Amino acid sequence: METLINGLSLGGIYALIALGYTMVYGIAKMLNFAHGDIIMAGAYAILLVVGMTGNLLLSVVALIAAIAFCVLLGVTTERLAYRPLRGASPLAVLITAIGVSYLLQSIAQLFFTSEGQPVSTGAAQLGSVTFLGANLKLSSLITLGLCVMIMTALTLFVDKTRVGRAMLAVSEDRGAASLMGINTNLIITLTFAIGSALAAFASLFYLMQFPVVSPTLGSMPGIKAFTAAVIGGIGSIPGAMVGGVLLGVIECVCQSIPALSPYTIAIEFGLLIIILLVRPVGLLGKKRREKV
Amino acid sequence: MKKNIRLKHYINYLILGLALVLFIALDLLGVLKRSDANLLAQVGYSVILAVSLNLVVGFLGELSLGHAGFMCVGAYVGGLVYIMLEPQLNKLGAILVALPIGGIAAALFGLLIGLPALRLKGDYLAIVTLAFGEIVRTVIRNQDIFGGTRGLESVRFGNRLYILAFLLAILTVFISQNLRRSKHGRAIQAIRDNEIAARAMGVNVTYYKLVVFAVAAFFAGVAGVLYAGSTSVIRSDNFSFNYSINILVMVVLGGMGSITGSIISAAALTYITVKLTISLSGDMAAIEPMVYALILILAVMWNNAPFLRPVREKLGAKLEALRQRILHCGEVPEDNSPEIAAWDKVPTKIPMDAILSTDFTVDHSFDADRRGKEEEQ
Repeated sequence: METLINGLSLGGIYALIALGYTMVYGIAKMLNFAHGDIIMAGAYAILLVVGMTGNLLLSVVALIAAIAFCVLLGVTTERLAYRPLRGASPLAVLITAIGVSYLLQSIAQLFFTSEGQPVSTGAAQLGSVTFLGANLKLSSLITLGLCVMIMTALTLFVDKTRVGRAMLAVSEDRGAASLMGINTNLIITLTFAIGSALAAFASLFYLMQFPVVSPTLGSMPGIKAFTAAVIGGIGSIPGAMVGGVLLGVIECVCQSIPALSPYTIAIEFGLLIIILLVRPVGLLGKKRREKV
Repeated sequence: MKKNIRLKHYINYLILGLALVLFIALDLLGVLKRSDANLLAQVGYSVILAVSLNLVVGFLGELSLGHAGFMCVGAYVGGLVYIMLEPQLNKLGAILVALPIGGIAAALFGLLIGLPALRLKGDYLAIVTLAFGEIVRTVIRNQDIFGGTRGLESVRFGNRLYILAFLLAILTVFISQNLRRSKHGRAIQAIRDNEIAARAMGVNVTYYKLVVFAVAAFFAGVAGVLYAGSTSVIRSDNFSFNYSINILVMVVLGGMGSITGSIISAAALTYITVKLTISLSGDMAAIEPMVYALILILAVMWNNAPFLRPVREKLGAKLEALRQRILHCGEVPEDNSPEIAAWDKVPTKIPMDAILSTDFTVDHSFDADRRGKEEEQ
């Protein structure tokens, strides 16, 4: 039970990050490898605001600061690095994204040194509740609840609003969407902004569970969330949620079994390979026929 | 013209061979320092890695982010053989046995990763290769036979390892160049350019994809064995995803598909990296990945950005003119490119002048007529 709730809240974090990957992939048709490092940037923003105070109210302020900073960073990288390459081969864009990821990590290292710095978000003070005999951390429950709320809001936004439907149209067929009078560049920038804002939420939740900031903080959750997005079917928003939760639960279950815990990463990636072999488009991905 | 083509084919061997001869000469004169010899061995296996990754990325057109994983397999399997044989045989004998074994072990894994490559492509395949590299590393790290998390203690081969590394680099270039120029190479390039069309032409896509992955993995494994000989401890942390990216940077910077480019950029980047790591201490070492990242982004932009195309084409034309002038000893050769004829010079029976000079006047009478009728109603 405890493991399950922890896994669900970790899965919620992965799902938030995976949403960033999957939305950008669906709309801009590119893998944003630097997405994990946006989380790292958000974590540093939170560190600068909160530090070691452990003040919960300050954490909320920090979250807003992190959102602003991440959105700014995400939009800037899109404008400077990815937009000039629009229309180039996907491989070129992917390699540029890897370059951006490296760049962000090394800049962070220059400013904040490579050592991990502790940060106290006040999550530990929240204590825990006992429910059905299981000892549940309140911070995990909050993370889980907020993740569910954010994902519901996002689904409503994409399905019900004008802008959201414009996003769907761009992901379906960019050329046709621009002929219909949709400003595709604006929509892509907006997608990056939303993805980065989700990353800022993810960085706060991540720090609530693992309260140390370092320049490589984002790379492992980034890769895992990306795995989650691919497992769920990249480009599909519900797929990212399913994949993220699945991965989080598997990770927590594996780590609670001593014999399996060193192999956690191998098991997660192994699952990815098996799922892709059985269903190359992921669990909820749409199949596209390839044409000559 | 015939001489020209030959130079193009042998330039890679010339670069590597001359470099090797030069360094051996320096070594015999006693000028070559121990640290430099070690650096040269690193350059040697970096060249092998870059050229073999180029087979997958530039030649087959699939992105592989797990090349360090193959190297890891080679380093541990080959390294184990090398360490076990070293007391019985001498160092050279041991490593000569270890090299093919490490290579074949990696090639088997290459076949394994080639299997998903048959069903997946592009971004999906990239993430699978990444996942594969991490799986290999995690599993090996937790095996006691491979020294666990502490790493496997190895035996340094000594200063002369670079000779072996360069010879193997030449072998790698020889095999990939000849593979590329053969019938098989053309089939592989056909798969890269259009897989469906290639299949329709009767190319055995399954077979060739597996071959490319296996060959590339084999050489990565060989590079891994060389690494095992150049270090005192084989550590699995060295084969992380970041190392795969570094190899990819070498390939991209040298130009995807260009062997000469891979050789030059692998050598240059390895040299710069090692020198920067030595001279920068502490957190200033972050400048090194930063330089890497900037080089990577700028190189990709320069080669691919649509808005730079006019600049690229102009520069390309100038370079071509310069090359022609150098080849023809200052004489500007006569322009033998087919002249694009102006449309009025093209012999044709269609009276183009008459058509183009016709002034189309629109007959408005019908419109006026209809408008009149509408008003009546």
